[in-house]
Amino acid sequence: MPEIITKIPLEYYIILASILFCIGVIGVLTRKNALIIFMCVELMLNAVNMLFIAFSAYKGDAAGQVFVFFIMAVAAAEVAVGLAIIVMIYRNTRSVDIGQLNKIKY
Amino acid sequence: MDNKTLALLALLLPFIGFLINGLGFRRLPKPLVGLVAVAMPLASFIITLILFGKFQSGGSKSMTFIYANWIAIHDITISFSLLIDQLSLIMLSFVTGVGTLIHVYSAGYMGEDEGYGKFMAYLNLFMFSMLALIMGSNYMIMFIGWEGVGLCSFLLIGFWNKNRPYNAAAQKAFVMNRIGDLGLILGVFLIFIFFGTSEYKDIEAFVGAETNPYKVGAWQVVTITILLFVGAMGKSAQVPLYTWLPDAMAGPTPVSALIHAATMVTAGIYMVVRSNFLYSLAPATLDIVLVIALITALLAASIGIFQNDIKKVLAYSTVSQLGYMFMALGVASYTSGMFHVITHAFFKALLFLGAGSVIHALHHEQDIRNMGGLRKYMPITFITFLVATLAISGIPPFAGFFSKDEILMHLYQKSPVLWVLGVAGSAMTSFYMFRLFFLTFLGEFRGTEEQRHHLHESPISITLPLMILAVLSIGGGLIGIPEVFAKDANWLAKFTAPLFTTSQKLNPQLFNHAHLSHSTEYILMGVSVVVAIGSIIFAYIKFVANRTVPKPETEQQGIGKVLANKYYVDELYNTVFVKPILAFSRFLGESFEVFVDLIVEGFGQIVKGLGNAFRKLQTGSIGVYLFAIVIGAVIWIAFNLFIYK
Repeated sequence: MPEIITKIPLEYYIILASILFCIGVIGVLTRKNALIIFMCVELMLNAVNMLFIAFSAYKGDAAGQVFVFFIMAVAAAEVAVGLAIIVMIYRNTRSVDIGQLNKIKY
Repeated sequence: MDNKTLALLALLLPFIGFLINGLGFRRLPKPLVGLVAVAMPLASFIITLILFGKFQSGGSKSMTFIYANWIAIHDITISFSLLIDQLSLIMLSFVTGVGTLIHVYSAGYMGEDEGYGKFMAYLNLFMFSMLALIMGSNYMIMFIGWEGVGLCSFLLIGFWNKNRPYNAAAQKAFVMNRIGDLGLILGVFLIFIFFGTSEYKDIEAFVGAETNPYKVGAWQVVTITILLFVGAMGKSAQVPLYTWLPDAMAGPTPVSALIHAATMVTAGIYMVVRSNFLYSLAPATLDIVLVIALITALLAASIGIFQNDIKKVLAYSTVSQLGYMFMALGVASYTSGMFHVITHAFFKALLFLGAGSVIHALHHEQDIRNMGGLRKYMPITFITFLVATLAISGIPPFAGFFSKDEILMHLYQKSPVLWVLGVAGSAMTSFYMFRLFFLTFLGEFRGTEEQRHHLHESPISITLPLMILAVLSIGGGLIGIPEVFAKDANWLAKFTAPLFTTSQKLNPQLFNHAHLSHSTEYILMGVSVVVAIGSIIFAYIKFVANRTVPKPETEQQGIGKVLANKYYVDELYNTVFVKPILAFSRFLGESFEVFVDLIVEGFGQIVKGLGNAFRKLQTGSIGVYLFAIVIGAVIWIAFNLFIYK
């Protein structure tokens, strides 16, 4: 329903996406829990997805939406692998705190 | 099949044989190895005969077959192409023919050797390279073959590679040939510069045209021909690059027969005849060729008189005979040079194979002082060896008489002095050849009792090639009967005449000799035959009637000592070239290696230090990595938005 989307001005989308993206970045940088960091990464991805859709609707070009589908598919795969890694880390160290994970040092 | 496919097949069949035996010699059964190795050159020989027939029935027109465009850079194109004309057909016939016989012989001679399959594979590879050398239609294809035969020569001289002196001989041959090859390739580069092509026919057309800027004696052509001749010096063992050939006798005897007597060493003569239109433009080079050939012929013949190793005598005889061939080229008598190449291939291959048969019977005894009286034990070898010895001594009607006489005749036309020197050389030739023959086959056996017990005639695979070559050594001269005996009977001269039309047009003076009267020719012939017979009688008195056995080389006195030591040329080269180079490289190794090490190890240290510094970045703390990623992304975006734009 592009009409509904285009009722809201484009600037709002950009601002919202920027805010979401910054929240994601700050979360990644400040939190220590691997799961939270993971969720913040997803937040950043979805901020970008939203921008894609908004621009796609405003320009009447379907390419952006196609791109979003690809990002979602890849993100799903990435989540499957990433969560599996986190589960394995937890099994081995009984913790998902990235501060504890400095054993992969030189 | 058309001619194009046939020519390619003749070239490639020996290579296929090499691949089969070279890859499979550990698994293939021995009879199959021999069969493949002999069948391939035989097939090439048959194809050559077919091509020969088609060539003659097709009006003797030279044929160039282009198979692929090999190299194309800027305005130079080199094609992979073969040339079938009078010269390549003649070379092909005797190379494949004699080659096949020697392959048959090798099957018998090397059958007991553990490296039999490898040996046959190398021989096939040699045949392929030699055919490429002959059949190529430009200097680059010839160069491939030229290097290929050099490689095979190296591999086969050092075939018994567990013996250190043999390896040294192989390396000596290779290095000396490399010096010559440098001259050859420089000559070919100059040909590219001055003519813009390396196709024989194109160059011939270029110099034959009215617009040809290079007149007789042009420095460009003189330089090219001298450089090409340096290549021939190496390959065909001329002074000063001849010392590798006697050492090359370290290889198995069939190799000496095939490579170092009949085929490879004549590549230099082939190359000069192939480039005859260039050589005829450069009379100065021809004079150099003549002088060097004369020195080679006399020097090698005189050394041959005092050698006691059966193969060494034959090796010096080969060097000397190659000198005769180049003498013919030096007086621009290209046909007689080729004629001697052919007859020499027959009788010298026969001599080597006969020597191999003797060595085989005596279990690797090569010293003629320990032989004698073999006539009774080895009748076939005896008779065939006698035929070859008569042929090389120039006794009519054997093959060597016709070819050597033609050369002497042309030397006389140039200058009687040259003729006298040539006859002197041929007197020495017949003396050392009959010295060898008498000491080996007549008198009493001088070896050990055990050797006498084992004496036997060689098997049929060895004697059959001997007999065929003996027939060729008797009748081979018939392709070039001189004018005095029968008018228009010189088939070879008539057949090859089209090769030299350009030369004759360019430099008519070179071919314009005072015509010799028939009586003069008969006298010249008579004198050279009488001289040859005289030295045979001298040898007979000395070695059969008086039963002289030559002293060991170390006990010779006076001039004999100098000759037995080969004029100390090896020692001279050692002192002048080898030792200074070794000393220089040792000096460099000791003093300059420090600096080289400094640079090389310096790089190592820099890399090590940088690695030490940067490994601190890998903290293991994921937060730091994430921060680095975000900072990196921000910098990249900022760069794109504000700076790069």
